[in-house]
Amino acid sequence: MVTIGAIIYEPGSTVRNKTGGWRTFRPILNTEKCIKCEICYIFCPEGAIYEDEEENFRINYDYCKGCLICSKECPTNAITRVREEK
Amino acid sequence: MGKRFPREELLAPGHRGCAGCGASILVRMALKAAGRDVIVVNSTGCLEVFTTPYPETAWRVPWIHTAFECGGAVASGIERAIKALKKRGKFKDRKITVMPIIGDGGTADIGFQALSGALERGHDIVYIMYDNEAYMNTGVQRSSATPLFASATTAPAGKRSKGEDRPKKDMAMIAAAHGIPYVATACISYPEDLMKKVKKACEIEGPAFIHVLQPCTVGWGYNPEDTIKIGRLAVETGFFPLYEIEHGEFRITYRPAKRKPLKEYIRMQKRYRHLTDEDIEILQKYVDERCKLLGLE
Repeated sequence: MVTIGAIIYEPGSTVRNKTGGWRTFRPILNTEKCIKCEICYIFCPEGAIYEDEEENFRINYDYCKGCLICSKECPTNAITRVREEK
Repeated sequence: MGKRFPREELLAPGHRGCAGCGASILVRMALKAAGRDVIVVNSTGCLEVFTTPYPETAWRVPWIHTAFECGGAVASGIERAIKALKKRGKFKDRKITVMPIIGDGGTADIGFQALSGALERGHDIVYIMYDNEAYMNTGVQRSSATPLFASATTAPAGKRSKGEDRPKKDMAMIAAAHGIPYVATACISYPEDLMKKVKKACEIEGPAFIHVLQPCTVGWGYNPEDTIKIGRLAVETGFFPLYEIEHGEFRITYRPAKRKPLKEYIRMQKRYRHLTDEDIEILQKYVDERCKLLGLE
């Protein structure tokens, strides 16, 4: 349905679109090696890296497109990559 | 340990930006710095197209789309409307920032006169130009922000051409020539510097202009994972110096210990792959001259 003035009433509604299927490589975060420098967090184009209740960083694979910026920029090599297999 | 960056996500995931897109990184950083009281004005461009595939939107702040040429004009209108509403007693103790986030095409080419007008009239806006150095949305056509010798589909490199034949338009300096209170350049590879500049721009009364370099994986031709690395190289080679001009006072905000040779930056990108070492020398000389002018040795 088209709204008047093409107004979109629901903010952030793209969350319905799971972009995880775009991935060729999957970044895997090793929490033990992570020093919580927040570099991967700020450089993620999707905002797919989040903090869980224990303040550990995790990757949300529903949205991660597998650009691997996080893996490249991680100063302690805590994020490794594996090929995505269906 | 204190948190370096705010945790609130004002750009939702699930948008259609390419893997490794620099524009979405910029928006996340800018909105984290500016907070929730922001109205974003977006001309046509990559950012507009990938964040709002109708009827969905990735934005969690008020957002308006305008035609290519009127980003500055629409932002001015919103700013004046807020001012009028404040006079009638609304949003009394809130400072609402109007933030046009517009690409290099919508800033340096098509939206130029609207921008110039907005800056000249002194509207209280924070104009962010996200510069990916061509019209990436429609397929890498050259814009006036395309640098010398870069190949674009409308300035292709071939037997008789080395790609773009004009140097990059210096938008930050053009904005500064309007005599506005705040002008800055920033790069997404330096998040703290960028966020500090956005915050400062929000606090300053009157127009502010921030020119942000944002590598584009499709148009520049590199692996998505290198987005941040290429941005960093652009700054460290002196190709894109980081500075700010606050009330007429010029200050370099990041000074590389020793400038890296430009070749490192050039050789990472497909849009420059036709260049010979002599061509790179010409570019290096051009960069050296500009750095000297800005006092960056």
